[in-house]
Amino acid sequence: MSAAKNDMLLQIRGLRIEASNGAVLTDGIDLDLRRGEVLGLIGESGAGKSTLGLAPLVYARAGCSITGGEILLAGQDLRKLDTNGRRSLRGVRVAYVAQSAAAAFNPSMTLMAQVCEGPIRHGLMNRREAEAKAIELFAALDLPEPKTFGQRYPHEASGGQLQRAMAAMAMSCQPDLLVLDEPTTALDVTTQIEVLAKLRELIHEHNTAALYVTHDLSVVAQIADRIMVLRHGKMVETGTTNDILMTPREAYTTALVAERKAAMSGHGVAEAARGETVLTVDDVTIKYGPVTAVKNISFTVSRGETVAVVGESGSGKSTLAYAAIGQIEAAGGAFRFGQAALPPSFKKRSLEQRQRIQLIYQLPDIALNPRQKISDILGRPVAFFEKLSGAAVKARVAELLTLVGLPLDYTERFPGQLSGGQKQRICIARALAARPELVICDEVTSALDPLVAEDILKLLKQLQDELGVSYLFITHDLGTVKRIAHRVVVMLKGQMVAEGATSDIFETPPDDYTRKLLLSVPEMRTDWLDEALTRRDIWRAGPAALPA
Amino acid sequence: MKIAGRKVPFTAYIGGVIVVLALIMILFAPWIAPYPQTKIVGGVWDTPNPHDWLGTDSIGRDMLSRLIYGGRTSVSIALIATCLTMIIGVGLGFVAASTSKLVDNIISRVVDILLAMPILIFGLMVFAVLGTSIPIMIITISVLESTRVFRLARAVAMNITVMDYVQVARLRGEGIGWVIFREILPNALPPLVAEFGLRFCFTFLFIASLSFLGLGIQPPAADWGSMVHDNAQAIAFGGYAPLFPAGAIAIVTIGVNLVVDWLLSIHALPAGAGAEI
Repeated sequence: MSAAKNDMLLQIRGLRIEASNGAVLTDGIDLDLRRGEVLGLIGESGAGKSTLGLAPLVYARAGCSITGGEILLAGQDLRKLDTNGRRSLRGVRVAYVAQSAAAAFNPSMTLMAQVCEGPIRHGLMNRREAEAKAIELFAALDLPEPKTFGQRYPHEASGGQLQRAMAAMAMSCQPDLLVLDEPTTALDVTTQIEVLAKLRELIHEHNTAALYVTHDLSVVAQIADRIMVLRHGKMVETGTTNDILMTPREAYTTALVAERKAAMSGHGVAEAARGETVLTVDDVTIKYGPVTAVKNISFTVSRGETVAVVGESGSGKSTLAYAAIGQIEAAGGAFRFGQAALPPSFKKRSLEQRQRIQLIYQLPDIALNPRQKISDILGRPVAFFEKLSGAAVKARVAELLTLVGLPLDYTERFPGQLSGGQKQRICIARALAARPELVICDEVTSALDPLVAEDILKLLKQLQDELGVSYLFITHDLGTVKRIAHRVVVMLKGQMVAEGATSDIFETPPDDYTRKLLLSVPEMRTDWLDEALTRRDIWRAGPAALPA
Repeated sequence: MKIAGRKVPFTAYIGGVIVVLALIMILFAPWIAPYPQTKIVGGVWDTPNPHDWLGTDSIGRDMLSRLIYGGRTSVSIALIATCLTMIIGVGLGFVAASTSKLVDNIISRVVDILLAMPILIFGLMVFAVLGTSIPIMIITISVLESTRVFRLARAVAMNITVMDYVQVARLRGEGIGWVIFREILPNALPPLVAEFGLRFCFTFLFIASLSFLGLGIQPPAADWGSMVHDNAQAIAFGGYAPLFPAGAIAIVTIGVNLVVDWLLSIHALPAGAGAEI
């Protein structure tokens, strides 16, 4: 590209995108982006950040259309392009990196074929040139064996590798503008660092402009020059990354920043002496056919205590939760509830045992029957476990709604009429309906927006204080652990690598993996990534060189 | 007019009118038919005239009256058989999807065996052994057609049983009845309603084909399939008597299909499909 570094590249004026049912997704958005600049688009789900991200491709999702405003790319109004003009724009001048690379690749084509498709189909290169370019990009993105990496099919690459391969695909036509839609959200923290570092390097090297869509302020701090905060389809605030993080002006931005800061700050849970043991996990091994998912895990959960099980995807933490509830049968070892051994399958457990251990699921959307009213969803477990009927059930349902902080008239609603956070509150209420002693929480906040998730964590804490329940808290997010857990179990590939009081684990990580995990959580300052990379290089030189 | 937030298309109105007329015919046949169905009122294959609006049939009975009475038999048998088909198919499908793998395998393989045989040939075999009466016909048709419904119901239920809310009910210790009727059925209803409409058409045509082959409803009672059969010879003499029952079969089938298409469209389309390209 011969253009000068700071040329204005993208100008959006008064952009309005509407859904066919009349809802306004984005309204009156103005945006300027220069070459070589990265703009972070931040907001909760439904804020219109992805919708806005797709606008430079002159694309609106099914059922939506761009109804007003201008989208100028290097001075040319993209909305005036016809179908062919738009086709030659996409991929060539503006490229898109999707959130879930694993779902976005065609599973029946090799990665090379997919990466080369753009330049070849657009007639920019012949196959040999395109493949040479792809290998160059694979090498630049630090993918293993760049010469032969392209021969792999998507299922032969890991999530982080696929996300980088998708970045290679986007860069294959040397676009002026890159749209990155939550490119690291689906990745584990230790993988996220690598992808972030490579994306940043690529953007700087090619002097490409980028729109970086994400909900995570600490991630965007590492890569963006400026940040735009969106809410309900409108711009809340825009400014340089440092300004937004250090001196946010609007209340909403302040709340977002404060939430992240809380996640970053020290351990906020008092660790009292451990009481009576509620759940004992004794040398548990779980297998899926010949594959061992969980191997020889042992720990205990005491009354009124929160034990967090932390690990990356594939560590076996959710498998452990399902085995504890009896949905999956453990192959070896045993769970004990109080003094009594729990049969491996829930079918063999007593009503009392099924009642006292409850599970809250990750996705409230599929954990609530969409065709049942809230009164039925909460009323049934009350009637089932406590053998109540009529007015007694109604009274208990009202009590449960009050406990989780929802208005009483919600009994007549269906789950579809509630927001994500409200649905999760109903799930919590349903678990409490059984008057449990132990509640297993499986990633209960990971599908929620940061501010909503924070409220849910506060609610869980408050309920623990009021009712004295114990939590077995499955999560991948170390910020959550800090805020709620008394004790931590760290899992890696099905094995337990560390166990202890949260403050001990966080202050003096007992092993290399835990230390690496803790150091991989992005912090909300712009120089964190460089530091982390330096640390990683020292790490690679030898774990012994790592500062304590 | 809007139903379920969508404008009702013109074709659905046409289908609706046809279905309503068919229902009126079933309920009020003796009052609206001009003559009794077996009474000989004219010559063989009279052309339409002021006394017999649609002419007469092969032995001089009033075609319009026989069409109305015939509709009563054909449509009501098809309706009963379809209801039975749905009950058997959906019941077994849900049981297969929500109990053990063994039960699922047993039911599925039996259904596979039934599916492997052409439905008409199998029907003919059963009637040859058991004779033809209306109850036997309804039961045979229901059992054969239910194999098709079973496939759909099982597939739909399979997608619902993996939902966490079904797991919640199971972990609580709910019985299979609660799981099927309270957790699965309400969520499976839209595709099953559409299937009901389609099944009705197939059953209706199946009964007509059986009657045409002389195995369905026995004379002198009228039904549309045997009316086509009885009057088929008229074509050779330039008459159009068989076209009336054949047309009636076609119209009811089309009418029901139009209504079903509309129901399917409500269910299948995401709100305002079609991306801006």
